[in-house]
Amino acid sequence: MGAIYRREIGAFFTSSIAYVFLCVFYLICDFFFIMDNLAGGSADLAGVFSTMFIVSIFLIPLLTMRLFSEEKKQKTEQGLLTAPVSLTGIVLGKYFAALTMYVIAVSIAFVYGLILSLFGTVAWMTVLSNYLAILLVGGAFIAVGLFISSLTENQVAAAAAGIICLLMFFLVDTLAARVSISWLQTALYGLSFYTRYYAFTCGIFDISSVLFFISTAVLFNFFTVRVFEKRRWS
Amino acid sequence: MIEVRDLTKHYGDKKAVDGISFTVEDGEILGFLGPNGAGKSTTMNMLTGYISSTSGQAIINGVDILEDPIKAKSFIGYLPEIPPLYLDMTVKAYLNFVFDLKKCKLPRRSHMKDVMTLCKIKDVEGRLIKNLSKGYKQRVGLAQALIGNPPVLILDEPTVGLDPKQMVEIRTLIKRLGKNHTVILSSHILSEIQAVCDRVVIIDHGTLAANDTATNLSNQVTTDHRVIARIEGEKAAILQAIRGIEGLKYVRADMEREPGIWEYEMEAEPGRDVRRDINRIARENGWDILMLKTMEMTLEDIFLKITMGERVAFNKDGTNGGAK
Repeated sequence: MGAIYRREIGAFFTSSIAYVFLCVFYLICDFFFIMDNLAGGSADLAGVFSTMFIVSIFLIPLLTMRLFSEEKKQKTEQGLLTAPVSLTGIVLGKYFAALTMYVIAVSIAFVYGLILSLFGTVAWMTVLSNYLAILLVGGAFIAVGLFISSLTENQVAAAAAGIICLLMFFLVDTLAARVSISWLQTALYGLSFYTRYYAFTCGIFDISSVLFFISTAVLFNFFTVRVFEKRRWS
Repeated sequence: MIEVRDLTKHYGDKKAVDGISFTVEDGEILGFLGPNGAGKSTTMNMLTGYISSTSGQAIINGVDILEDPIKAKSFIGYLPEIPPLYLDMTVKAYLNFVFDLKKCKLPRRSHMKDVMTLCKIKDVEGRLIKNLSKGYKQRVGLAQALIGNPPVLILDEPTVGLDPKQMVEIRTLIKRLGKNHTVILSSHILSEIQAVCDRVVIIDHGTLAANDTATNLSNQVTTDHRVIARIEGEKAAILQAIRGIEGLKYVRADMEREPGIWEYEMEAEPGRDVRRDINRIARENGWDILMLKTMEMTLEDIFLKITMGERVAFNKDGTNGGAK
């Protein structure tokens, strides 16, 4: 797992995906931080954190798209799958590599917090809970993106399918609002990433949501392992 | 040691590999021979745990590849048909990655140096793999298999893409490795197998067509004595004289190799050596023999005979008429 993790981190930087990802992420977040907080004179980072959620939907698939599809295309997965490592080790090595990139990206929030603390009082506990929430959401998103990448050998297809999938987790809210069947509505709201995330940005720390995001990550990583297991056995 | 018992792989209805069994002893080099699509790579992929078998067992050093894959894989160095190289890494970084991936316990620097020297890639260690020639890539692939000094080496067409000089080098290297490793080497270059391997397994249509030493295989098929002679003299007279030899099945003038000198190909009854008779008639008639040799079957002939033979049999009962 360690070897794969280190190789992937290296590959993020040599393939320049890391730079593109971090640049775009920072640019968009900086824009909203400057507009809402600096120009708007607010010490509340909730707006920036909501932006991060939307940005993640579009950027995380770019981070995960090549993790498995590239291996398949270049036939390098044969080297991994015949090495004395478990499938779980392979999947988690890649998962944590992507998660590390994501942590680097969202940690910009602390820089924003520090800048704001020069001008006023920052509610650090809220920032921390928001930070934790965006990490949990990202962790779940990355597992979904990784799973999609394991299904195809085409990076662009993996990215596109990833964005659509993550958008659905977001748009399920809008859909739920229009559904009149009450049990279906409850179920759809239950699946909504944004509703759960929004509670965090308001400063509500809900343990069931924490579990929801973690289980989504575990579930999709498990699916990815199954994809490889199934391929081996078919 | 590698033991393969009744290994079978089905893809839907298609039987890619059908009940193959063989063993490879320690320190033996086994040649894996077969036409393209015969099931060589599929078998190797099953041995290395890349794909699972439908039924049957593959046991590496006493460990079943499906029961304890991680342990079994740790015994194997595998060079697949397409070497699993990360193109945007340098040779050194890549080999270091493989070293970590295999959780290798050997001293890193000296082991790395040994492997790179062995595969003659020390001079390109700092270069990106994508910028290397095919021959170098192939050797990096071999180096990757050798890292961790695994007791079993499985090499799928290791000399593809190399120039003749590199081919000889790699063969010598494999031969040397064969002294203290168990090696399976697949190839469709027969001279390569003949030069390197102790034993040959021929696979055709997913089944085992032959399993023997290269010499034994030759002997098995060359029971009948066939002779080629180049004799200087009048063609018709020579042919007539040869036809007079007792026990001869046929003779024909093959080709006029040099001006006025024909080459004659003949076949006697099995076990009958006619070379002395040819010498005798040449002496009696005052002809000069410029060349005289028995026609030994090369592995190539054996290979064709075995694989074609089967195919003819297939055609007879009409089950596989259109294959290839």
